[in-house]
Amino acid sequence: MPLWLFIFLAALAIIGAAGVVLQRHPVHSLLSLVMTLVVIAVLFIGLGAATVGFLQMIVYAGAIMVLFLFVIWLLNLQSQPLEPGHLALKFLGSLGSAALIAELLLFVVHPPPAITQNRAVAMDFGSIGRLAQSLFTDYLIAFEATSVLLLVGVIGGVALARRTTAGGGGAPGGTP
Amino acid sequence: MLAELIIGAIKAIIVLLMVLNLSAILLWFERKGSALIQDRVGANRAAIVGVGRRLGLPNLGFVNTLMADPLKLFTKEDFVPAGADRFLHALAPFLAMFPVLITFAVVPFGDTLIIGDRSINLQAANLNVAALYILATIGLGVYGVSLGGWASNNRWALLGGIRATAQMISYELAMGLAIVSMVMTYGTLDLQLMCREQGGVWFGFLPRWGIFVQPLAFLLLLTAGMAESKRVPFDLPEGESELIAGYFTEYSGGKQAVFMLVDFAEIVLVSALVTTFFFGGWQFPWLYPDGFHLPGGAFFHLPNLAVAIIQIITFTLKVVAFCWLQILLRWTLPRFRYDQLMRLGWKGLLPLGLLNVAVTACVIVFGGV
Repeated sequence: MPLWLFIFLAALAIIGAAGVVLQRHPVHSLLSLVMTLVVIAVLFIGLGAATVGFLQMIVYAGAIMVLFLFVIWLLNLQSQPLEPGHLALKFLGSLGSAALIAELLLFVVHPPPAITQNRAVAMDFGSIGRLAQSLFTDYLIAFEATSVLLLVGVIGGVALARRTTAGGGGAPGGTP
Repeated sequence: MLAELIIGAIKAIIVLLMVLNLSAILLWFERKGSALIQDRVGANRAAIVGVGRRLGLPNLGFVNTLMADPLKLFTKEDFVPAGADRFLHALAPFLAMFPVLITFAVVPFGDTLIIGDRSINLQAANLNVAALYILATIGLGVYGVSLGGWASNNRWALLGGIRATAQMISYELAMGLAIVSMVMTYGTLDLQLMCREQGGVWFGFLPRWGIFVQPLAFLLLLTAGMAESKRVPFDLPEGESELIAGYFTEYSGGKQAVFMLVDFAEIVLVSALVTTFFFGGWQFPWLYPDGFHLPGGAFFHLPNLAVAIIQIITFTLKVVAFCWLQILLRWTLPRFRYDQLMRLGWKGLLPLGLLNVAVTACVIVFGGV
């Protein structure tokens, strides 16, 4: 990827990320987040990890953010004027962000050797075959455990969402 | 380098124009075809100073659909309701349009065209993870309709947007599973390679098309695709009798024209995907890169250019046939109820898709295919 393209995309990602914080309306914040996620996916693709990039687009931008949109709608969140906030909250918040910025700077000044060593990557780096191979051989147990965990989460969500017992009211399927 | 860029741009423009023109023609066919199905005269107004009639030709209504309609829409007032989110209201039609159009970039419309010493792959973008790309762009298509409904500050529109979102993310699963089973069958995510795999014949007469290997996946993809394009019988998001026009209730003028165009471009997209995955894409039976190998040993040599042209025409005709099928279905079936829609998606198509993937995996592992 040429440097100017990287800088352009990185700037877009940062603008989107800033928008998440600065926008007043939740839907606008969410759209900024979608923009950031899509741009990061494009960065992945440009850096040779096309599979990861497209998966990011499918899972985060295409599915999880849509669910966020649903939650915003169903809770009927409106844009709210910023709360004045407690002094203590502001103090803790600035401490936290200062720590994060310090970490980032440290990372830039003293990068870990794994990044600076210009290691040659394998030919099939980032390809779907390589990804599948590591998922289904090296990390098989972790992968399966995660999927079981997610399945449990889904079942739990369905069980919680089911408010009425059999014979209770409510349209079947829940017409929105 | 420059030549590569120019060739890429030409291919992209050809694909784009083909899709947009086909969408516009479908708009005409929707009217004339529905008139034929319902035994009406149908679109027959606005002849150009009566030229056709004077020559004794039947007026097919091309003019009012392809010229009068766009002119009317684009010169109308572009109305934005009070309290609407003006920016998102303007952005939404384009958010809906963009993912549909860029999806066509990976659909191959022919094999290789050789000009001089340069061989051109007849596909706008040759991506080796094209199947993932399709799922990603289709996933992004949700935002246009949902935000269009929300930004209009209208309850009908919002309900339409919510319905559209729920419907699209529900049917995306079945669509993804159908595509996964095709990826397993061909062992690649590259659509051009998938089309090449579908060349040749079985038993001397049956084309090696995906439909004969994965008939269930074909039904899943077609059904889920029609649900994704929000057409009857899946047109709950814009059900006129309940929601006026659903998510584009508050749209007029050019933006509404864009939403209409998206609808038809999605029909073309579903047709193109079904053709590519299940009907051999650009494969014409018995046509090989060097000419026709007919059963019985007859052989007609054809130059590369002729083969490419036959392939492009074949692909176009297959796509048009599936567009026709979808319009026919749209004018034949009644609309689902919302709970029927959700039940079909989650309890019908999703388990069938999972089963199909499992059976395909078993056949690959134990059948040694």
